[in-house]
Amino acid sequence: MNDLVLAAEGASADHTALAPLIIALPLASAFFLMLFGKRIDRLAGVIASGAIGGAFLASIITFGSVVAAGHEAAESHRFFDWITVGDFSVGFDLLVDQLSAVMLLVVTGVGTLIHVYSIGYMHGDARYSRFFAYLNLFVAFMLILVLAENLLLLFVGWEGVGLCSYLLIGFWFEKPSAADAAKKAFIVNRVGDFSFLLGIFLLVATVGSLSMVAINAEAGAMSAGVATAIALLLFGGATGKSAQIPLYVWLPDAMAGPTPVSALIHAATMVTAGVYMVARLSPVFEASGEVALLVVGVVGAATALWAAVMASFEYDIKKVLAYSTISQLGYMFLAQGAHAYSAGIFHLVTHAFFKALMFLGAGAVMHALAGEVDMRKMGGLRKAMPITGTTFLMGCLAISGIIPFAGFFSKDALLAAAWADGRYVLWAVGVLTAFLTAFYMFRLYFRVFEGPLKVPEGVHVHDVPPTMAAALIPLGILSVVGGVINLPGVLTLEHFLEPVVGEAQVPEGAIAWVLGGLAFVAGALGIALARAVYLSRASSLRRRKAYSRAPGLVDAARDKFYIDRIYGYGIVAPGKALSSYLANVFDPRYVDGIVTGTGRLVARASENLRGIQTGYVRNYALVFLSGAVVILVIQLVRVGL
Amino acid sequence: MNLEVVIFGVMFVVALGCSLAMLFAPNAVHVALFLVGAQMALALAFLLQGAFFVAAIQIIVYAGAIMVLFLFVIMLLGIDLRESLIEPLTGQRGVALGLGAVLAVGLVFVGVQGADLAAGGGDGAAALTELNQGPGNVKALARALFSRYLLPFEVTSILLVVAMVGVMVLARRISAVENDRRAGVPAAEEEAA
Amino acid sequence: MSVAPGFYLVLAGLMFAIGVVGVLVRRNAIVIFMFVELMLNAVNLIFVTFARQQGTVDGQVLVFFVLVVAAAEVVVGLGIISLIFRYRVSSNVDEINLLKR
Repeated sequence: MNDLVLAAEGASADHTALAPLIIALPLASAFFLMLFGKRIDRLAGVIASGAIGGAFLASIITFGSVVAAGHEAAESHRFFDWITVGDFSVGFDLLVDQLSAVMLLVVTGVGTLIHVYSIGYMHGDARYSRFFAYLNLFVAFMLILVLAENLLLLFVGWEGVGLCSYLLIGFWFEKPSAADAAKKAFIVNRVGDFSFLLGIFLLVATVGSLSMVAINAEAGAMSAGVATAIALLLFGGATGKSAQIPLYVWLPDAMAGPTPVSALIHAATMVTAGVYMVARLSPVFEASGEVALLVVGVVGAATALWAAVMASFEYDIKKVLAYSTISQLGYMFLAQGAHAYSAGIFHLVTHAFFKALMFLGAGAVMHALAGEVDMRKMGGLRKAMPITGTTFLMGCLAISGIIPFAGFFSKDALLAAAWADGRYVLWAVGVLTAFLTAFYMFRLYFRVFEGPLKVPEGVHVHDVPPTMAAALIPLGILSVVGGVINLPGVLTLEHFLEPVVGEAQVPEGAIAWVLGGLAFVAGALGIALARAVYLSRASSLRRRKAYSRAPGLVDAARDKFYIDRIYGYGIVAPGKALSSYLANVFDPRYVDGIVTGTGRLVARASENLRGIQTGYVRNYALVFLSGAVVILVIQLVRVGL
Repeated sequence: MNLEVVIFGVMFVVALGCSLAMLFAPNAVHVALFLVGAQMALALAFLLQGAFFVAAIQIIVYAGAIMVLFLFVIMLLGIDLRESLIEPLTGQRGVALGLGAVLAVGLVFVGVQGADLAAGGGDGAAALTELNQGPGNVKALARALFSRYLLPFEVTSILLVVAMVGVMVLARRISAVENDRRAGVPAAEEEAA
Repeated sequence: MSVAPGFYLVLAGLMFAIGVVGVLVRRNAIVIFMFVELMLNAVNLIFVTFARQQGTVDGQVLVFFVLVVAAAEVVVGLGIISLIFRYRVSSNVDEINLLKR
């Protein structure tokens, strides 16, 4: 009996033992590939995938020991001191608890599959090894972000993934659009990061510590006003990283990067950092009373609906998926705004599965169609590409919330949470969005994979190579069965996460079935509408009719409702005008004027003073002597000559 | 009118006379010789004031070694020529003399007035004589130099090393080409071209 | 009856003033150095005089330091002079007016 207890303690004492290894593996691989990648060339993909695979195995072991440790599994360990100033000390502290264990599995698991996929997808690219180096580096930073115990370390990961995102969006930097998209992503994220930093500063000023355990423990003692300010500033950071209104504009453009990047960074992992951060610091959000959470929920719901509308009008298959990602991230925030952090994380996990799957499927389509992304030029591809088509359908069914696919359970969980929390308006927006989600996803699916075969000219369609299939199939299976981790009534994941994020309200009895049914019906209706408009024989006629009714609205939607233009005229143009004024008028006239004026003054003065400079040493000595004599005389007069 | 006063008088006249003669001697070698004379006279003044060791050093090191060094350089450079006594810089001589006169008057005044002030009214001659007769002048000096003034003493050794290294760098023989380059003479090839 | 310190100080002051004037009116660099030596000697005399007046040997010790500094200065100064002489074949300080240009 005693032995058993000791064994259990022994097991619980070393969750963090593998944590540095999990980070170090991809990091070491990244540096190795940066240094020697050119030389090993084709092996780069295998090495990178192996490193992530190793990290995945270590994550599974860590997860196992966290599960075995039960309720009190949270454990942090300081691996070394980083900054020590007086009694303020920040270390390389890693925290392993239920939340970070789940995130570890998602990041390394999906990461491994996408790495394997990339071996096939990036085959033949000129910068093959560099791609894997960046991808590894990204995973390392993401793991730092997930495992960080203090906010500074989290911020290191936060900025690190931002950097890798920039590098990977602009991976094909020869294309100006890719380079511009990378800059846009980076700059828009900086706005959010600025807010995030301010939040961190305010937290440090209030709590006096960067440790998230300490912050969460003392969050209850904060005044509601301060907590609200902190929570809103932190959420400002989340809107940047997780592409919420008003900072979502970078994500659609980020699709200029290679598709595996879109799948890994801009769907499954990095963009969920904001969701993870809110869940991690949930006590701070709770401490603000209702204000901050209401903002989170409303922003989330608004983003979900807005992005769903945008997605319904987009023709670029990757951009549809990008707007879909924004919309689903909005869902997660909607849930968190209703205290249902675990529901948010649940949706994060299932979304990682099916959205990564769909991005990889889209990548497979592009791969087959020589990089074509316009869905108007495609059709009937399922027969030509059975693996891609079938797995893509799994993803579509999952995101549309069809029983028994993963998305149904997670979406049902968060809509139910919104209802249970009494946010009926948000719930209604969520259901409407679910309807739209099903519509735009199946619009995409029907146009690309069903109907008569239609491909761009001169393209020979082929299904995916084995490495890409090796990623698609597991993700497809996960999209189907992923819901089992949190079945209604059993709620495995929610109970698992309870020690970290607290208990969520769940509707009881018949209402739960009604809510679930409504969500399902919304999804089914969306699919039916998409079928009516895009697949039936009369579809093109219907579309023309719909367009003639509200042409302005459709055109506006196709132009992203002018949001990019509004940002352009409202923010970028005045900024440019100010900079050009400063550069072309203020700087030369005033700044340079002062500088050259000073220079001229000195030059003129020296010109005049030059006359007394004879250059003869003896003259200088004479001046020197006169000074000495003057001092002597003054001294003599002072003592009384 | 005792012996000391007589010796002081002679010393005073010789020192001042040699110093003034330095001013008017056109030849550098003569200047050096007058300086030696002045330094000899000063050695006498040191003796009169009980600074026996310093007086010896004055003659051996100053009037001996350092002045020989001066003469050596004069001879080496071969500039034992007469220096023109016409002043090319306008006003230099007049102003210098005027200021020098003011300085001299001020310093004499300080000498007459200030000596007593500094002494605090007393005269330490007796104490110094006792010191010279007790442990002896050299021992007393050595005690002060190697105890209270040990740090400055060591610092001067650094100064000497620096001066030595510096003068070696200055006196280093430079190759003819390098010499020309530094003097701004263009190289032969360039001229040919 | 010994000679009062004031007389020595008067002598030192006069010699110092002569040294200053010499530095200013002479043009030969070596000669100028010799006047600097004269000024240092005048200061030495002051030190020794005050040593007697105070009844200690501290002033005499200072003479040693002045001596060392003078030696160092002479060595470096003469080195510079011979270097200048190598280029200009003159030790007239009035011809060394690069500062003017």
